[in-house]
Amino acid sequence: MLLEIENLTKSYPSSDGPVPVLRGVDLSLDVGQTLALTGESGSGKSTLLHLVGGLDHADSGSIRIAGQEVTTLDDQGRAALRRHEVGVVFQQFNLIPSLDVAANIAFQARLSAQADPTRIEDLARALGLTDHLRKYPEALSGGQQQRVAIARTLAARPRLVLADEPTGNLDEATAGEVLTQMLDLVAETGAALMVVTHSAGVAARMGRRVHLSGGHLA
Amino acid sequence: MTGAALAALWSHWARNPLQLFTLIAGLALATALWSGVQAINAEARASYDAAAATLGEGRFDQLLPRVGETIPQERYIALRRAGWQVSPVLEGRLATPDGSIRLLGLDPMTSPGGLSPVALGGEDMDLVSFLSDGIIFADAVTAAQIASVVDLEVIVDPSVAPGLALTDIGVAQRLLDRGGVLTRLILAQVQPKGLVPLTELAPDLMRRVAQEGSDLGRLTDSFHLNLTAFGFLSFAVGIFIVHGAIGLAFEQRRTMVRTLRALGLPLRRLVWLMVAELAVFALLAGTLGVVLGYLIAAMLLPDVAATLRGLYGADVAGSIRLRPGWWLSGYAIALGGTAMAAAGALWQIARMPLLASARPRAWVMARGAGAARSGALAAGLLLGAGALALWGSGMVMGFALLACLLTGAALALPLLLRIVLGICQARARGVVAHWFWADTRQQLPGMSLALMALLLAIAANIGVSTMVSSFRLTFVGFLDQRLAPELFVGVEDAREAAALEAFLEGRAREVLPVLSVETRMAGLPADLYGARIGMTYRENWRFLASDGPVWDRVAAGEAVIVNEQLARRSGLWVGGELAVAPDVILPVIGIVADYGNPIGQAVISEALFQRLFPDIIATRFGLRTDDADRLRTALTSEFGMSEAVMIDQKDIKAFSLEVFERTFTVTGALNVLTLAVAGFAILMSLLTLAAIRLPQLAPVWALGLTRATLGRLELLRAVVLALLTAVLALPLGLALAWVLLTIVNVEAFGWRLPMYLFPLDYARLGLFALMAAVMAALWPARRLARTAPGELLKVFANER
Ligand SMILES: Nc1ncnc2c1ncn2[C@@H]1O[C@H](COP(=O)(O)OP(=O)(O)OP(=O)(O)O)[C@@H](O)[C@H]1O
Ligand SMILES: [Mg+2]
Repeated sequence: MLLEIENLTKSYPSSDGPVPVLRGVDLSLDVGQTLALTGESGSGKSTLLHLVGGLDHADSGSIRIAGQEVTTLDDQGRAALRRHEVGVVFQQFNLIPSLDVAANIAFQARLSAQADPTRIEDLARALGLTDHLRKYPEALSGGQQQRVAIARTLAARPRLVLADEPTGNLDEATAGEVLTQMLDLVAETGAALMVVTHSAGVAARMGRRVHLSGGHLA
Repeated sequence: MTGAALAALWSHWARNPLQLFTLIAGLALATALWSGVQAINAEARASYDAAAATLGEGRFDQLLPRVGETIPQERYIALRRAGWQVSPVLEGRLATPDGSIRLLGLDPMTSPGGLSPVALGGEDMDLVSFLSDGIIFADAVTAAQIASVVDLEVIVDPSVAPGLALTDIGVAQRLLDRGGVLTRLILAQVQPKGLVPLTELAPDLMRRVAQEGSDLGRLTDSFHLNLTAFGFLSFAVGIFIVHGAIGLAFEQRRTMVRTLRALGLPLRRLVWLMVAELAVFALLAGTLGVVLGYLIAAMLLPDVAATLRGLYGADVAGSIRLRPGWWLSGYAIALGGTAMAAAGALWQIARMPLLASARPRAWVMARGAGAARSGALAAGLLLGAGALALWGSGMVMGFALLACLLTGAALALPLLLRIVLGICQARARGVVAHWFWADTRQQLPGMSLALMALLLAIAANIGVSTMVSSFRLTFVGFLDQRLAPELFVGVEDAREAAALEAFLEGRAREVLPVLSVETRMAGLPADLYGARIGMTYRENWRFLASDGPVWDRVAAGEAVIVNEQLARRSGLWVGGELAVAPDVILPVIGIVADYGNPIGQAVISEALFQRLFPDIIATRFGLRTDDADRLRTALTSEFGMSEAVMIDQKDIKAFSLEVFERTFTVTGALNVLTLAVAGFAILMSLLTLAAIRLPQLAPVWALGLTRATLGRLELLRAVVLALLTAVLALPLGLALAWVLLTIVNVEAFGWRLPMYLFPLDYARLGLFALMAAVMAALWPARRLARTAPGELLKVFANER
């Protein structure tokens, strides 16, 4: 099993004591699988995604990626996990503003020492970014930025791709196209994909669908 | 509506207390350094004016001896008999344990109104006791000094100039041991008609017309200009900080401005509210600044006073008084500085379209866009500096040159750094290195004001320390040249002088009488020396310029040597002619460097001197000997000379060096303060940037760099920027030193110094600058390294 989550809990501090967001989440995902995570706004979808990506600390429970326990990793271990195992696409502000599009796409791949210029070119072509490679993020539209972030994640060939409403900024037609490319590329690399989405259309194209509510998955 | 808008505006500062602190602190620092310097200047000027008022220089014509220092009392009596309304003055220095004070003897019966001490008009103070009992008037500090050496009643009168004591002329003659002589006569403004002209009655007296301002004021102008320039530099650095803080705050409030306007608040009202808000901050910071400035001035004034006394013989009060003009100007500069710093930001708000982008990042980018414009301006200013260096002259030109040079270089800095960082980025191999350089380049617009401040601070340090060290080196060499005699001794009178010369025959290798007279030459106050020309002069004196066998011609009474000050101020050089006495005009044959005193000097032969001034005898002698100790013993045991009147060459050297060390204490202190302000500017820029840095760093973190690594890179970035700035500051600092040494110094002191380089000092300074940068970056970097992951994640979640 690539990803195994057991009894995961997380609460956020507030002025009236901790507010639980995840109350015991169990989930597993295997290589090549795709999963849609839905739920109301504020239900904790992003929180779950961040915990899996080693971006935040859980209160209790366990997350194993390829057999490795994530919750007990230190900062170094988490950083290595983000470099080599998982790729995260956030809803916005994914890009490094000081680097141009080409450098942004290559960044994670070069960090994990698997940059492959031809693959980057292919990805850029597939995502319609060839004309924008020399531009800086601030000159791109929201949808273009989102495609750069996806290209960057896929260029690094992570085993697990996590995407938080990756097509939220896109019109329906573009969203459909980007999603197709994502699914194709994931299939090609054999990675697992977990997508947070509000869109029933997006959810329908995933292999599995889970719904988060009241801090539990259903 | 106004109340709600104000509450909204204020909420920004409440949520960003650091920004508010930066704004207030920057403004307070700028005001403090500026008003501190102004306080010192105001205090010194007040002292000069008080002195001038007491001496009557400003309102009355005076009669001075044409030659020598004194006027016989008979001359005064003769003038009075002839009907001239003149009043006698005797001025001299009275030794006290803490140095010496200036004692001024007046005649209250004849002196024109307003010259006598104010307290003399009081009820319990009558003329009779002033005359008979011998009462002395002085300010509190001086009074305390006198009380320890004189057994007379001393009355404290705050209106008397610092370092000055007033008393009856008879008492002064007694205290100074100069019975029967006067130093000058004051002429009443109205004189009876039909008097015999002064030129007939007293041809040996010279009439000096009443002059606005004082000699001291003019002499010390350049020193105060120096201080003002440093104050201004610090002020500029402070305003850089304020400008940055206001710009960022206004930019971050764009969203709020947009919302407030969308909700119906008129733009005009909004702008006025912001102006009012800034005015309140400026007043607050102005108050803080004035208080700080007072403290700085109080701290520096004793050294300034010592410098002015050592260099110019000017007495300045040792403590600061709160003068309204000064603190009002402190407020004015705080308000003016705020207006300067905020004008651009307010203008932008006033013209901002309602739906403009509210992203703060746009601010940093937009400031990069102005780079081309500031580059052009920088090039223009540097060209202007070059032109001034080639063709300009005079003190004001010197400072204009400095202003062009420093501003131009500061403006050019971001551009140069951009280029260097671009090269680094292009050559970087690793992905993290590549990102590091790209990101550093992106930080440049936000950091550039602080880096400019650092550039100016380092350059000022290099410039001034080069000047000071060059000066010290030259001065020590000069002392070795001039203080060749191993022993200096003093005698009481002509008889003793003759006896001493006879005694020394065969005992000393050479006896060099110090024969001098204070006079005026080429229209300037100057000293004329008569030299006994022998091996000492021939071997030791080095000329800046000379023509032919200098000493032979001088010894023959055919030529004169002048010091650099006199030469430069009067425009004389070798080949010119100088009137050393009314009808003795000699060609100038040599120019000597002279760092021992501010005024002009000319040297003629002993024989010529004695012919021109037969009354003047030497009471001090320099003695050349191979065994100073033995000569000393012989003088005390056989000749009966007291140890007290013998001075070792070593002691004089030590004393002279000390005076010059203190001269630069003040500029040194201001330098340190400037560097500290620059460090503060870096800290504040980093802290303000930290807020807008998160969106730039969060993606890098999410992709697999630890927060600790990012923190280390932040620190490294600050060091790299400071290092590059320090490297660029070196040529600027050397250029500054060159201007100070070859232009400003010549104008201020009358001498041109050779420039020496001190690589070790510069390296140490660079290290200090790096340390300042590290200290400034340490906290922001630690804060970054400890940012909670949740904070970083908000970047991806929130609509910012
Ligand atoms: N850093 C934080 N501090 C405190 N509370 C937080 C923090 N981040 C999230 N929360 C709270 O946790 C809950 C879950 O947030 P999360 O962002 O995971 O929701 P979500 O399901 O992704 O919502 P959306 O669909 O709107 O993106 C929300 O109620 C939110 O207010
Ligand atoms: Mg979310």
